[in-house]
Amino acid sequence: MLWRWFMKNKYDVLIIGGGPAGALAARTAVENGLSAFLVEKRPAIGAPVRCAEGIGKDALHEFMDPDPKWISAEMTGASIVAPDGFLMKLESGLAGNKVGYILDRKFFDRELVWKAAEAGADIAVKTRASAPIMENGFVKGAKIECCGTVTNVTADVVIAADGVESKFSRWCGIDTTVPVGEIMSSVQYVMADVDIDTHSTVFYLGNEIAPQGYLWVFPKGDRSANVGIGISGKKSREGHRAKDYLDRFVKKTFPHGKSIECIAGGVSVCRPLDCTVADGLIITGDAARVVDPLTGGGIYNSMYTGRLAAQVAAECIGKGDVSKNKLMVYDKTWRTSKMGKTIERNYHIKEYLIKQPDAKLNDIIHSVSKINLKEFTTMSLITEIIRVNPKLMLDLGALAASIR
Amino acid sequence: MLKVHRDICGYCGCCVSVCPEGALELIDAYLCVEKWCTSCGICAKVCPLGALEVVHEK
Repeated sequence: MLWRWFMKNKYDVLIIGGGPAGALAARTAVENGLSAFLVEKRPAIGAPVRCAEGIGKDALHEFMDPDPKWISAEMTGASIVAPDGFLMKLESGLAGNKVGYILDRKFFDRELVWKAAEAGADIAVKTRASAPIMENGFVKGAKIECCGTVTNVTADVVIAADGVESKFSRWCGIDTTVPVGEIMSSVQYVMADVDIDTHSTVFYLGNEIAPQGYLWVFPKGDRSANVGIGISGKKSREGHRAKDYLDRFVKKTFPHGKSIECIAGGVSVCRPLDCTVADGLIITGDAARVVDPLTGGGIYNSMYTGRLAAQVAAECIGKGDVSKNKLMVYDKTWRTSKMGKTIERNYHIKEYLIKQPDAKLNDIIHSVSKINLKEFTTMSLITEIIRVNPKLMLDLGALAASIR
Repeated sequence: MLKVHRDICGYCGCCVSVCPEGALELIDAYLCVEKWCTSCGICAKVCPLGALEVVHEK
Protein backbone atom coordinates (compact mmCIF):
# COMPACT_ATOMS: atom_id res chain seq x y z
CA MET A 1 0.00 0.00 0.00
CA LEU A 2 1.13 3.49 -0.79
CA TRP A 3 2.18 5.64 2.08
CA ARG A 4 -0.33 8.44 2.40
CA TRP A 5 -0.10 12.04 3.47
CA PHE A 6 -3.33 11.73 5.37
CA MET A 7 -3.78 9.20 8.09
CA LYS A 8 -7.50 9.13 8.51
CA ASN A 9 -10.62 8.43 6.49
CA LYS A 10 -12.78 10.66 8.61
CA TYR A 11 -12.40 14.34 9.47
CA ASP A 12 -14.66 16.98 10.95
CA VAL A 13 -14.04 19.19 7.93
CA LEU A 14 -12.79 18.37 4.43
CA ILE A 15 -11.54 21.35 2.44
CA ILE A 16 -11.30 21.21 -1.35
CA GLY A 17 -8.70 23.61 -2.71
CA GLY A 18 -5.46 25.06 -1.32
CA GLY A 19 -5.80 28.73 -2.26
CA PRO A 20 -6.41 31.54 0.25
CA ALA A 21 -10.02 30.43 0.94
CA GLY A 22 -9.09 26.80 1.59
CA ALA A 23 -6.02 27.67 3.64
CA LEU A 24 -7.92 30.04 5.92
CA ALA A 25 -10.73 27.51 6.28
CA ALA A 26 -8.32 24.72 7.26
CA ARG A 27 -6.41 26.85 9.72
CA THR A 28 -9.54 28.30 11.32
CA ALA A 29 -11.11 24.85 11.58
CA VAL A 30 -8.21 23.41 13.59
CA GLU A 31 -7.95 26.57 15.70
CA ASN A 32 -11.59 25.93 16.60
CA GLY A 33 -10.82 22.41 17.75
CA LEU A 34 -11.83 20.51 14.62
CA SER A 35 -9.88 17.98 12.61
CA ALA A 36 -9.34 19.23 9.07
CA PHE A 37 -8.02 17.83 5.81
CA LEU A 38 -7.19 20.08 2.86
CA VAL A 39 -6.73 18.64 -0.64
CA GLU A 40 -5.10 20.53 -3.50
CA LYS A 41 -5.28 19.00 -6.98
CA ARG A 42 -2.15 20.72 -8.22
CA PRO A 43 1.28 19.36 -7.40
CA ALA A 44 2.36 22.62 -5.74
CA ILE A 45 0.64 25.19 -3.54
CA GLY A 46 0.71 28.64 -5.11
CA ALA A 47 1.84 27.65 -8.59
CA PRO A 48 0.86 28.59 -11.12
CA VAL A 49 -1.15 31.36 -9.55
CA ARG A 50 -3.71 33.12 -11.74
CA CYS A 51 -3.76 36.51 -10.10
CA ALA A 52 -2.68 40.16 -10.48
CA GLU A 53 -1.69 39.91 -6.79
CA GLY A 54 -2.94 43.28 -5.56
CA ILE A 55 -4.49 43.70 -2.09
CA GLY A 56 -5.40 46.75 -0.04
CA LYS A 57 -3.36 47.54 3.05
CA ASP A 58 -6.25 47.32 5.52
CA ALA A 59 -7.58 44.17 3.88
CA LEU A 60 -4.28 42.36 4.33
CA HIS A 61 -3.72 43.64 7.87
CA GLU A 62 -7.06 42.17 8.92
CA PHE A 63 -5.46 38.74 8.46
CA MET A 64 -1.73 39.11 8.95
CA ASP A 65 1.18 41.49 9.13
CA PRO A 66 3.07 41.90 5.86
CA ASP A 67 6.25 39.86 5.53
CA PRO A 68 8.97 40.79 3.02
CA LYS A 69 9.08 37.08 2.07
CA TRP A 70 5.81 37.44 0.15
CA ILE A 71 5.46 41.17 -0.52
CA SER A 72 6.72 42.04 -4.01
CA ALA A 73 6.06 45.77 -3.80
CA GLU A 74 4.37 48.44 -1.68
CA MET A 75 1.94 50.80 -3.38
CA THR A 76 1.50 54.47 -2.51
CA GLY A 77 -0.86 55.38 -5.33
CA ALA A 78 -2.74 54.34 -8.42
CA SER A 79 -3.27 55.80 -11.86
CA ILE A 80 -6.17 55.43 -14.24
CA VAL A 81 -5.55 55.94 -17.95
CA ALA A 82 -8.61 57.12 -19.87
CA PRO A 83 -9.43 55.73 -23.33
CA ASP A 84 -7.92 58.91 -24.89
CA GLY A 85 -4.61 58.33 -23.08
CA PHE A 86 -5.11 60.93 -20.35
CA LEU A 87 -3.55 59.77 -17.09
CA MET A 88 -5.27 60.48 -13.79
CA LYS A 89 -3.07 60.05 -10.76
CA LEU A 90 -4.61 59.07 -7.47
CA GLU A 91 -2.62 59.59 -4.35
CA SER A 92 -3.45 58.95 -0.77
CA GLY A 93 -4.13 62.10 1.28
CA LEU A 94 -0.84 61.56 3.05
CA ALA A 95 2.05 61.62 0.61
CA GLY A 96 4.10 58.45 0.60
CA ASN A 97 1.48 56.62 2.62
CA LYS A 98 1.15 52.94 1.77
CA VAL A 99 -2.24 52.06 0.32
CA GLY A 100 -1.71 48.48 -0.70
CA TYR A 101 0.61 45.68 -1.65
CA ILE A 102 1.45 43.55 -4.63
CA LEU A 103 1.96 40.09 -3.21
CA ASP A 104 4.16 37.27 -4.35
CA ARG A 105 1.43 34.68 -4.25
CA LYS A 106 3.76 31.74 -4.80
CA PHE A 107 5.12 32.46 -1.33
CA PHE A 108 1.98 34.00 0.13
CA ASP A 109 -0.19 30.95 -0.62
CA ARG A 110 2.50 28.63 0.73
CA GLU A 111 2.68 30.67 3.92
CA LEU A 112 -1.10 30.43 4.37
CA VAL A 113 -1.11 26.66 3.86
CA TRP A 114 1.98 26.28 6.04
CA LYS A 115 0.15 28.10 8.84
CA ALA A 116 -2.79 25.71 8.43
CA ALA A 117 -0.44 22.72 8.53
CA GLU A 118 1.41 24.09 11.54
CA ALA A 119 -1.90 24.56 13.35
CA GLY A 120 -2.61 20.87 12.80
CA ALA A 121 -4.49 20.47 9.52
CA ASP A 122 -3.66 17.52 7.27
CA ILE A 123 -2.65 18.58 3.76
CA ALA A 124 -2.34 16.63 0.52
CA VAL A 125 -1.19 17.97 -2.84
CA LYS A 126 -1.62 16.36 -6.25
CA THR A 127 -4.77 15.01 -4.66
CA ARG A 128 -8.25 15.76 -5.90
CA ALA A 129 -11.86 15.33 -4.92
CA SER A 130 -13.46 13.49 -7.85
CA ALA A 131 -17.01 13.12 -6.51
CA PRO A 132 -19.03 13.96 -3.43
CA ILE A 133 -20.25 11.27 -1.06
CA MET A 134 -23.97 11.92 -0.62
CA GLU A 135 -26.34 10.43 1.95
CA ASN A 136 -30.02 11.41 2.16
CA GLY A 137 -29.28 14.65 0.34
CA PHE A 138 -26.43 15.54 2.72
CA VAL A 139 -22.86 16.00 1.54
CA LYS A 140 -20.91 13.55 3.70
CA GLY A 141 -17.42 13.73 2.23
CA ALA A 142 -15.71 13.06 -1.06
CA LYS A 143 -13.96 10.47 -3.13
CA ILE A 144 -10.32 11.48 -2.92
CA GLU A 145 -7.95 10.51 -5.71
CA CYS A 146 -4.22 10.46 -5.16
CA CYS A 147 -1.72 8.90 -7.55
CA GLY A 148 -4.23 6.44 -8.94
CA THR A 149 -5.74 5.44 -5.59
CA VAL A 150 -9.30 6.40 -4.65
CA THR A 151 -10.20 6.73 -0.98
CA ASN A 152 -13.54 7.65 0.56
CA VAL A 153 -12.98 10.45 3.05
CA THR A 154 -16.00 11.38 5.12
CA ALA A 155 -16.52 14.67 6.92
CA ASP A 156 -19.28 16.42 8.82
CA VAL A 157 -18.86 19.49 6.65
CA VAL A 158 -17.20 19.84 3.26
CA ILE A 159 -15.88 23.31 2.41
CA ALA A 160 -15.64 23.88 -1.35
CA ALA A 161 -12.78 26.29 -2.06
CA ASP A 162 -12.05 25.01 -5.55
CA GLY A 163 -11.79 28.31 -7.32
CA VAL A 164 -13.12 29.69 -10.57
CA GLU A 165 -13.12 26.26 -12.22
CA SER A 166 -15.03 24.86 -9.24
CA LYS A 167 -16.79 21.55 -9.85
CA PHE A 168 -17.53 20.22 -6.39
CA SER A 169 -20.66 22.24 -5.63
CA ARG A 170 -21.93 21.52 -9.13
CA TRP A 171 -21.63 17.80 -8.48
CA CYS A 172 -23.69 18.43 -5.34
CA GLY A 173 -26.49 19.88 -7.49
CA ILE A 174 -25.75 23.62 -7.31
CA ASP A 175 -25.61 25.54 -10.60
CA THR A 176 -22.40 27.57 -10.57
CA THR A 177 -22.31 28.50 -14.28
CA VAL A 178 -20.95 32.00 -14.85
CA PRO A 179 -22.88 33.91 -17.57
CA VAL A 180 -20.69 34.40 -20.65
CA GLY A 181 -20.85 38.20 -20.34
CA GLU A 182 -19.71 37.99 -16.72
CA ILE A 183 -16.51 36.04 -17.05
CA MET A 184 -13.42 38.17 -17.53
CA SER A 185 -11.30 36.32 -20.03
CA SER A 186 -7.80 37.14 -18.79
CA VAL A 187 -4.11 36.83 -19.58
CA GLN A 188 -1.13 38.16 -17.66
CA TYR A 189 2.57 38.38 -18.29
CA VAL A 190 5.13 38.85 -15.57
CA MET A 191 7.43 41.27 -17.34
CA ALA A 192 11.05 42.08 -16.69
CA ASP A 193 13.07 45.07 -17.81
CA VAL A 194 10.13 47.48 -18.11
CA ASP A 195 9.95 51.20 -17.34
CA ILE A 196 7.34 51.54 -14.61
CA ASP A 197 6.54 53.54 -11.51
CA THR A 198 7.59 51.06 -8.82
CA HIS A 199 5.03 52.28 -6.28
CA SER A 200 1.90 52.83 -8.31
CA THR A 201 -0.59 50.53 -10.00
CA VAL A 202 -1.89 51.60 -13.40
CA PHE A 203 -5.32 50.76 -14.83
CA TYR A 204 -6.08 51.30 -18.53
CA LEU A 205 -9.70 51.67 -19.55
CA GLY A 206 -11.45 51.76 -22.91
CA ASN A 207 -13.20 49.60 -25.43
CA GLU A 208 -10.18 49.58 -27.75
CA ILE A 209 -7.78 48.62 -24.96
CA ALA A 210 -9.87 46.15 -22.95
CA PRO A 211 -13.55 45.87 -23.93
CA GLN A 212 -15.76 45.85 -20.82
CA GLY A 213 -12.77 45.16 -18.63
CA TYR A 214 -9.42 46.76 -17.95
CA LEU A 215 -5.73 46.30 -18.48
CA TRP A 216 -3.40 46.50 -15.52
CA VAL A 217 0.26 47.15 -14.78
CA PHE A 218 1.02 46.13 -11.19
CA PRO A 219 4.65 46.62 -10.11
CA LYS A 220 6.50 43.56 -8.83
CA GLY A 221 9.62 45.51 -7.90
CA ASP A 222 12.16 47.54 -9.83
CA ARG A 223 11.59 47.26 -13.58
CA SER A 224 9.27 44.29 -13.19
CA ALA A 225 5.47 44.11 -13.29
CA ASN A 226 2.38 41.98 -13.69
CA VAL A 227 1.00 43.22 -17.01
CA GLY A 228 -2.40 41.72 -17.61
CA ILE A 229 -5.84 42.15 -19.06
CA GLY A 230 -9.40 41.03 -18.52
CA ILE A 231 -12.02 41.43 -21.23
CA SER A 232 -15.68 40.42 -21.15
CA GLY A 233 -16.34 36.89 -22.37
CA LYS A 234 -19.05 38.45 -24.54
CA LYS A 235 -16.42 40.49 -26.40
CA SER A 236 -13.92 37.66 -26.75
CA ARG A 237 -13.71 35.93 -30.12
CA GLU A 238 -11.18 34.72 -32.66
CA GLY A 239 -8.66 37.48 -33.37
CA HIS A 240 -10.05 39.55 -30.47
CA ARG A 241 -9.03 37.48 -27.51
CA ALA A 242 -7.52 38.70 -24.24
CA LYS A 243 -4.09 37.66 -25.48
CA ASP A 244 -4.51 39.63 -28.74
CA TYR A 245 -5.33 42.83 -26.83
CA LEU A 246 -2.52 42.31 -24.33
CA ASP A 247 0.08 41.59 -27.02
CA ARG A 248 -0.91 44.76 -28.88
CA PHE A 249 -0.49 46.82 -25.69
CA VAL A 250 2.81 45.24 -24.69
CA LYS A 251 4.29 45.69 -28.16
CA LYS A 252 3.44 49.38 -28.06
CA THR A 253 4.14 50.17 -24.40
CA PHE A 254 6.99 47.84 -23.43
CA PRO A 255 8.67 47.00 -26.76
CA HIS A 256 11.91 46.05 -25.00
CA GLY A 257 10.36 44.24 -22.03
CA LYS A 258 10.67 40.50 -21.61
CA SER A 259 7.91 38.21 -20.50
CA ILE A 260 9.10 35.70 -17.92
CA GLU A 261 5.71 34.16 -17.18
CA CYS A 262 2.45 33.84 -19.15
CA ILE A 263 -0.68 32.90 -17.28
CA ALA A 264 -4.28 32.76 -18.50
CA GLY A 265 -7.31 32.89 -16.26
CA GLY A 266 -10.98 33.55 -15.77
CA VAL A 267 -12.37 36.02 -13.24
CA SER A 268 -16.09 36.02 -12.49
CA VAL A 269 -17.76 39.43 -12.20
CA CYS A 270 -21.28 38.12 -11.75
CA ARG A 271 -23.32 38.31 -8.56
CA PRO A 272 -22.37 35.66 -5.98
CA LEU A 273 -24.21 32.31 -6.02
CA ASP A 274 -27.84 32.65 -4.90
CA CYS A 275 -27.08 30.35 -1.99
CA THR A 276 -23.61 29.37 -0.78
CA VAL A 277 -24.56 26.49 1.53
CA ALA A 278 -26.29 23.11 1.27
CA ASP A 279 -26.74 20.23 3.70
CA GLY A 280 -23.18 19.49 4.85
CA LEU A 281 -21.60 21.90 2.35
CA ILE A 282 -20.23 25.46 2.46
CA ILE A 283 -18.95 27.20 -0.69
CA THR A 284 -16.23 29.86 -0.41
CA GLY A 285 -14.05 32.25 -2.41
CA ASP A 286 -14.05 32.23 -6.22
CA ALA A 287 -16.13 29.03 -6.17
CA ALA A 288 -18.89 31.02 -4.46
CA ARG A 289 -18.37 33.81 -7.03
CA VAL A 290 -17.59 36.36 -4.32
CA VAL A 291 -15.01 38.20 -6.43
CA ASP A 292 -15.42 42.00 -6.40
CA PRO A 293 -17.26 42.58 -9.72
CA LEU A 294 -15.71 46.01 -10.25
CA THR A 295 -12.05 45.35 -9.48
CA GLY A 296 -11.91 41.59 -10.02
CA GLY A 297 -10.11 41.36 -6.68
CA GLY A 298 -10.69 38.18 -4.71
CA ILE A 299 -7.85 37.52 -2.26
CA TYR A 300 -9.44 39.25 0.72
CA ASN A 301 -12.92 37.94 -0.10
CA SER A 302 -11.55 34.41 -0.28
CA MET A 303 -9.72 34.67 3.04
CA TYR A 304 -12.78 36.23 4.66
CA THR A 305 -15.25 33.60 3.42
CA GLY A 306 -12.79 30.76 4.11
CA ARG A 307 -12.35 31.81 7.72
CA LEU A 308 -16.07 32.43 8.21
CA ALA A 309 -16.97 29.04 6.70
CA ALA A 310 -14.79 27.23 9.23
CA GLN A 311 -16.15 29.30 12.13
CA VAL A 312 -19.73 28.46 11.17
CA ALA A 313 -18.81 24.81 10.54
CA ALA A 314 -17.28 24.59 14.03
CA GLU A 315 -20.37 26.06 15.62
CA CYS A 316 -22.77 23.77 13.73
CA ILE A 317 -20.68 20.63 14.25
CA GLY A 318 -20.54 21.48 17.96
CA LYS A 319 -24.33 21.61 18.04
CA GLY A 320 -24.65 18.40 16.03
CA ASP A 321 -26.62 19.95 13.16
CA VAL A 322 -24.95 20.70 9.82
CA SER A 323 -28.16 21.07 7.80
CA LYS A 324 -28.44 23.81 5.21
CA ASN A 325 -30.79 25.58 7.56
CA LYS A 326 -28.11 25.88 10.25
CA LEU A 327 -25.22 26.55 7.87
CA MET A 328 -27.22 29.49 6.46
CA VAL A 329 -25.64 31.61 9.20
CA TYR A 330 -22.56 31.63 6.93
CA ASP A 331 -24.51 32.85 3.89
CA LYS A 332 -26.37 35.53 5.85
CA THR A 333 -23.24 36.74 7.64
CA TRP A 334 -21.13 37.38 4.56
CA ARG A 335 -24.04 38.87 2.60
CA THR A 336 -24.67 41.48 5.31
CA SER A 337 -20.95 42.04 5.94
CA LYS A 338 -18.99 44.97 4.53
CA MET A 339 -17.66 42.58 1.87
CA GLY A 340 -21.16 41.46 0.84
CA LYS A 341 -22.41 45.03 0.62
CA THR A 342 -19.35 46.11 -1.36
CA ILE A 343 -19.90 43.31 -3.88
CA GLU A 344 -23.53 44.34 -4.37
CA ARG A 345 -22.66 48.03 -4.74
CA ASN A 346 -19.72 47.41 -7.04
CA TYR A 347 -21.86 45.11 -9.19
CA HIS A 348 -24.11 48.10 -9.95
CA ILE A 349 -21.16 50.37 -10.66
CA LYS A 350 -19.61 47.76 -12.98
CA GLU A 351 -22.93 47.34 -14.81
CA TYR A 352 -23.05 51.11 -15.30
CA LEU A 353 -19.45 51.48 -16.44
CA ILE A 354 -19.47 48.68 -19.02
CA LYS A 355 -22.34 50.40 -20.82
CA GLN A 356 -20.44 53.68 -21.24
CA PRO A 357 -18.86 54.61 -24.56
CA ASP A 358 -15.22 55.73 -24.48
CA ALA A 359 -16.22 59.41 -24.82
CA LYS A 360 -18.19 59.23 -21.59
CA LEU A 361 -15.35 57.47 -19.76
CA ASN A 362 -13.02 60.24 -20.97
CA ASP A 363 -15.41 62.88 -19.59
CA ILE A 364 -15.60 61.23 -16.20
CA ILE A 365 -11.86 60.76 -15.84
CA HIS A 366 -10.94 64.27 -17.07
CA SER A 367 -13.31 65.87 -14.61
CA VAL A 368 -11.65 64.23 -11.61
CA SER A 369 -8.10 64.56 -12.85
CA LYS A 370 -6.53 65.23 -9.48
CA ILE A 371 -8.12 63.92 -6.36
CA ASN A 372 -6.52 63.86 -2.99
CA LEU A 373 -8.27 60.99 -1.41
CA LYS A 374 -8.54 61.02 2.34
CA GLU A 375 -9.13 57.32 2.27
CA PHE A 376 -7.77 55.19 -0.51
CA THR A 377 -10.74 53.01 -1.34
CA THR A 378 -12.89 52.34 -4.39
CA MET A 379 -15.74 53.84 -2.41
CA SER A 380 -14.04 57.17 -1.78
CA LEU A 381 -13.03 57.32 -5.45
CA ILE A 382 -16.61 56.72 -6.60
CA THR A 383 -17.93 59.27 -4.10
CA GLU A 384 -15.45 61.84 -5.45
CA ILE A 385 -16.33 61.04 -9.06
CA ILE A 386 -20.00 61.58 -8.32
CA ARG A 387 -19.25 64.80 -6.43
CA VAL A 388 -17.41 66.24 -9.42
CA ASN A 389 -19.93 64.88 -11.94
CA PRO A 390 -23.34 65.65 -10.47
CA LYS A 391 -24.87 64.49 -13.77
CA LEU A 392 -23.75 60.98 -12.95
CA MET A 393 -26.12 61.02 -10.04
CA LEU A 394 -29.02 60.80 -12.48
CA ASP A 395 -27.41 57.95 -14.40
CA LEU A 396 -26.60 55.98 -11.32
CA GLY A 397 -29.96 56.70 -9.74
CA ALA A 398 -30.75 54.86 -6.58
CA LEU A 399 -27.20 53.62 -6.23
CA ALA A 400 -25.80 57.15 -6.03
CA ALA A 401 -28.38 58.11 -3.43
CA SER A 402 -27.38 55.17 -1.30
CA ILE A 403 -23.70 56.06 -1.20
CA ARG A 404 -23.83 59.82 -0.76
CA MET B 1 -17.23 17.98 -31.25
CA LEU B 2 -14.98 20.12 -29.09
CA LYS B 3 -11.31 20.01 -29.87
CA VAL B 4 -8.75 21.07 -27.25
CA HIS B 5 -5.55 22.41 -28.76
CA ARG B 6 -3.30 21.25 -25.96
CA ASP B 7 -0.33 23.19 -27.29
CA ILE B 8 -2.30 26.43 -26.85
CA CYS B 9 -4.31 25.65 -23.70
CA GLY B 10 -3.08 27.51 -20.61
CA TYR B 11 -5.10 25.18 -18.29
CA CYS B 12 -6.65 28.19 -16.59
CA GLY B 13 -10.22 26.94 -16.14
CA CYS B 14 -11.92 30.00 -17.63
CA CYS B 15 -13.90 27.66 -19.94
CA VAL B 16 -14.94 25.39 -17.06
CA SER B 17 -16.71 28.24 -15.27
CA VAL B 18 -18.96 29.12 -18.23
CA CYS B 19 -19.85 25.59 -19.42
CA PRO B 20 -23.64 25.33 -19.06
CA GLU B 21 -23.49 21.53 -19.20
CA GLY B 22 -20.77 20.99 -16.62
CA ALA B 23 -18.96 19.04 -19.33
CA LEU B 24 -15.47 20.46 -18.74
CA GLU B 25 -13.12 19.75 -15.89
CA LEU B 26 -9.62 20.96 -15.25
CA ILE B 27 -7.51 18.24 -13.65
CA ASP B 28 -4.22 19.90 -12.83
CA ALA B 29 -2.81 20.80 -16.25
CA TYR B 30 -5.25 18.71 -18.25
CA LEU B 31 -8.64 19.85 -19.56
CA CYS B 32 -11.16 17.00 -19.76
CA VAL B 33 -14.19 17.10 -22.03
CA GLU B 34 -17.08 14.82 -20.99
CA LYS B 35 -19.11 12.90 -23.53
CA TRP B 36 -22.23 14.96 -22.81
CA CYS B 37 -20.60 18.13 -24.24
CA THR B 38 -23.12 19.65 -26.69
CA SER B 39 -20.48 21.57 -28.72
CA CYS B 40 -22.31 24.83 -27.93
CA GLY B 41 -19.04 26.71 -28.32
CA ILE B 42 -19.38 29.07 -25.33
CA CYS B 43 -16.05 27.83 -23.97
CA ALA B 44 -14.35 28.37 -27.33
CA LYS B 45 -15.61 31.96 -27.36
CA VAL B 46 -14.32 32.94 -23.94
CA CYS B 47 -10.95 31.14 -24.03
CA PRO B 48 -8.28 33.84 -23.45
CA LEU B 49 -5.80 31.99 -25.66
CA GLY B 50 -8.02 30.46 -28.34
CA ALA B 51 -7.28 26.85 -27.41
CA LEU B 52 -10.76 25.47 -27.99
CA GLU B 53 -12.46 24.81 -31.30
CA VAL B 54 -15.80 23.31 -32.24
CA VAL B 55 -15.10 20.95 -35.11
CA HIS B 56 -18.08 19.97 -37.24
CA GLU B 57 -18.03 16.34 -38.20
CA LYS B 58 -19.00 15.25 -41.68
